[in-house]
Amino acid sequence: MAELAQQDSGHKKGKKKGRKKMSTKIDLTPMVDLGFLLVTFFMLTTTFSKPQTMEINLPVKEPIEKPEDEPGVKASKSLTIIMGEDNKLFWYMGVTTDPLEGPIGTDYTSEGIRKVLLEKNATIDGLIVLIKPADKSVYKNVVDILDEMNISNIQRYALVEITPEDMDLIKNL
Amino acid sequence: MPKVKIPRKSTTIDMTAMVDVSFLLLTFFMLTTQFKSDDSLIVDTPSSISEIKLPDTDILNITVDAAGKVFFSIDNKNFTRERLLAKISEKHPELQFTAEEEKAFVLSGSIGVPLKELKGYLGLEPEDRKMYDQSGIPVDSAKNELGDWIMQGRISNPGVRITINGDQRAPWSVIKKVMDTLQDKNVNKFNLITDLEADPNKLKGI
Repeated sequence: MAELAQQDSGHKKGKKKGRKKMSTKIDLTPMVDLGFLLVTFFMLTTTFSKPQTMEINLPVKEPIEKPEDEPGVKASKSLTIIMGEDNKLFWYMGVTTDPLEGPIGTDYTSEGIRKVLLEKNATIDGLIVLIKPADKSVYKNVVDILDEMNISNIQRYALVEITPEDMDLIKNL
Repeated sequence: MPKVKIPRKSTTIDMTAMVDVSFLLLTFFMLTTQFKSDDSLIVDTPSSISEIKLPDTDILNITVDAAGKVFFSIDNKNFTRERLLAKISEKHPELQFTAEEEKAFVLSGSIGVPLKELKGYLGLEPEDRKMYDQSGIPVDSAKNELGDWIMQGRISNPGVRITINGDQRAPWSVIKKVMDTLQDKNVNKFNLITDLEADPNKLKGI
């Protein structure tokens, strides 16, 4: 180290010829300009949030040979949700032809269907929710209801095709 | 009376710190960036509390826009798109794609034209292709081309994960047809793309 320092001082002496000392400072402004230009570019072209997804599993489509083979649902434990057009929503307990409760119209807010679901899920053990979107309903309705299942922590639910009887039931509501 | 001398201060400031910060940001953005795909499709997805993140690759995406048109796209990991197009022309010998058309297919985002229009669509200039009014892939039971696309897509990349990217206003009848098609092809597990929404159960906990 000492040697190095000495060499350095020796070098200085040799430079005594009156050569001008150049400043080591350079103007960094263009570099900053360029840097911020690139930052802006990357900020605007980037997509940060990766899309969220909701995973759903549908049952295997198998032709049911005998109608008796169709898995039955106990009427007292089944809650059917029907999504109609214009964000209308109805629910009833039991079977379509003879509902135990309802059909009652409600909405997608936390005071509407969520209250019903939470209450039913707490009182009925092994509640099964049948989700029946009408053809005129929109995709958002279905996702909202599937989401409500997650929120209310309902384990058993199914997407079921709507029947003409269901449509008749909600027609007058 | 002598004038009060105000010492003149230099107007130059040390830029080094600023350069440091700007390049730090630059590096960060360069490394985390993921370019927005050049899709003219605008889809307003519904929101849910689900927090599963979607991977970047191995995705077969079916988009349904607000009008109920169906679009198909698959990511191009390991030349999936090249293989997919080869499979299609194998199955439909009347469709022989040129090298330019193949390139256009690989670079394009979502495809939303019936098969018989595909060649013409890919032959367009890139600007014209953006303006082209895509009619959507047919999903009717009489002529279900989406099923073919899904089949060939899965053959081209067996590890693919299928997602449905539907608009909030997309009619359920179309989504149902898409889901039925998936079930017909023995795809019973798929993902719906949603926006994040606050979980009311978690909010209560705070």
